Amino acid sequence: MEIVLVGLNHRTAPVAVRERVSFTVDQARRAAEELRTQGILEEALVLSTCNRSEVYGVPPESVREARAAVSAFLSGFHSVEADELHPSLYHHQDHAAVRHLFGVAAGLDSMLLGESEILGQVREAYRAAQQLGATGPVLNRLFQSALEVGKRVRAETELGSRPMSVASAGIKLAGRIFGKLHDRTALVLGAGAVSEQVAAQLRDRGIGRLLVMNRSRERAEAIAGRFDGTAVAWADWAAALRAPDIVVSSVSADDPVLQQAAVAEAMAARGNRALLLMDLGVPRNVDPAVADLYNVYLYNIDDLAEIVEQNRRARESEIPRAQDIVEEHVGKFLSWQASVELVGVLEALRARLEGERRAHLDACLGRVGHLSTSDKQRIEAFVDELLEKLLMQPAERLRGERDLRRKIQSLEALRDLFLPGPSER
Amino acid sequence: MTATYAVLTILFYVASLGLYVGSLYSSHALAGRAASACLAGGLVFHYLMLLERSHWVHSVPYLDLYGSMSLFGWLLALTYLGLELFHRQRSVGAFVVPVVLVLLLAGSLTHRATPLPPPAHGVVFVLHVTLSILAYAAFALSFVLSVMFLVEERVLRRHKLGSAVWRFPPLELLDRMSRSSVIVGLVTICAGTVLGYVSVDRQTGRVWHSDPKYLITILVLLLYAAYLLIGRSANWRGARASRFCVFNFAVVILSFTVVNLFLTKAHRYF
Repeated sequence: MEIVLVGLNHRTAPVAVRERVSFTVDQARRAAEELRTQGILEEALVLSTCNRSEVYGVPPESVREARAAVSAFLSGFHSVEADELHPSLYHHQDHAAVRHLFGVAAGLDSMLLGESEILGQVREAYRAAQQLGATGPVLNRLFQSALEVGKRVRAETELGSRPMSVASAGIKLAGRIFGKLHDRTALVLGAGAVSEQVAAQLRDRGIGRLLVMNRSRERAEAIAGRFDGTAVAWADWAAALRAPDIVVSSVSADDPVLQQAAVAEAMAARGNRALLLMDLGVPRNVDPAVADLYNVYLYNIDDLAEIVEQNRRARESEIPRAQDIVEEHVGKFLSWQASVELVGVLEALRARLEGERRAHLDACLGRVGHLSTSDKQRIEAFVDELLEKLLMQPAERLRGERDLRRKIQSLEALRDLFLPGPSER
Repeated sequence: MTATYAVLTILFYVASLGLYVGSLYSSHALAGRAASACLAGGLVFHYLMLLERSHWVHSVPYLDLYGSMSLFGWLLALTYLGLELFHRQRSVGAFVVPVVLVLLLAGSLTHRATPLPPPAHGVVFVLHVTLSILAYAAFALSFVLSVMFLVEERVLRRHKLGSAVWRFPPLELLDRMSRSSVIVGLVTICAGTVLGYVSVDRQTGRVWHSDPKYLITILVLLLYAAYLLIGRSANWRGARASRFCVFNFAVVILSFTVVNLFLTKAHRYF
């Protein structure tokens, strides 16, 4: 019932290696299937994202052999030389593997601390492996616990709740002013990469209406088409600013494209409805004096970057709380694992003693010819009683052991002393 | 029993305040729910406390500042809980519950009336008192919401965002909640005032008395009606409307203090 993990991530491998060892959904399924059919793992699950490729499994025999076999399998599956791949791989087993997965699900191991996508990716990887029948009781329990850890960390800490990009910080600010965005209008000025990023975020947040304005009408239409928006002509500013509640500007221009007079005129025309201006341009696209206008909220790229920096610090301060949740669930999982193993070890021990008893009694009673059948049965019952007593005492002590580490050590000692492996028999 | 109810009420309100403040800084939804549950618990014990007081003075507890402030606090907490359920927004609780506690504790420091038969009674009179104090509670709530709006607006305009600001309600929602609260206040103050005239008419046969309370109540009514009417016009929407609402509540406080204590005889404590 041991767990093995072999993998690599953004910390151990450069993108040139990561991209060669990444799995598509189909490849992940095929790999899990092959790992099982080749007898390398009894249960197998492949977790692959843009920043990590990891194989989780339950080996049939020794963990050491399984680690080497999974490493070799990864090398062969992706046709990457072992010398090139192996230095980037990390290997964990049992509690270290459990702790690693729980940290991954919590977002503690992500490139962007606390990012939420990883939880969905863990869920998808688990669902795919489960549908394939590649998971068993151990991985099922492990991944269900990991999903619970991910949910708890997001619900109980600030690790994932604060925006970590300039665009998402701006959108979150819009939420502070307007609440839900489904009945709001946003105007994106410019058609560069930043504008696309903002347009995507606005669409994801369910913006009611998206307008795109650019000097090149074709570029504006291209972005508008991609994000269900409408392209508008690069013309009269006062008219253009009448409808939107949010304006995101990322235009390359030497001088501000939005001057105070034009915004003031627009504000008067729109009845002073609140207006959020996000100026992501460098040099700035919006005249700083616009911030003095009533009901106008102006944020430039430095203001938004400062929010992101504050959020990063806030997220980092939440790491200890997230780690406490991870540790709590690692303890719960190991406790469950020890309980299941205890049942297995006791059953194996009982079977072993039963076999020994049978062989020993047959030999001994055969040597004593004068005993009647009822005497023999009585002797057998006495021996049974003795064995049961001998077995019951350590079983009860192990069940009642509260120190998880001692429990596991005792279990291992019991297994080593009384249940030797096939080679030792 | 009153002392037991008072201690339990304060304990529940303090617990509720702690949990509301905690929920501003934590993502745990449980803290917010527990805060609402504690507030509801506090409301129950506060009600039992008021009920006991009512039995003692044989009327709505309005005969002294202790009773009327306690009733004010209870109705404020009740109105807030209703608004919280209606708008599904808990972050205002951290700002409302302290006001409830202050009303309750400040009231308890004042002189308590001896249990004499009340000068006025009857269902109409009881409704007049209750609805008038409910209107004050609703206006107090709109005041808290307007102050929150002004604080958040200032923070957003100055780019000084702390961790709690991300849990504040959006400005738009604060504005809507404040308006909802003012609507509740206007409806109840209208009904309460009409019932007051009916009650006076039944007892004295005259509708009008030369009571400054009448004038200031009509002024309050007009000011809040103006807030509702012009609060969304081009020149007033946003922070200006909130400042107007804060000013209106200052007039309510004037009505509740200076007018009650020094200028009127019929409305000493409500």
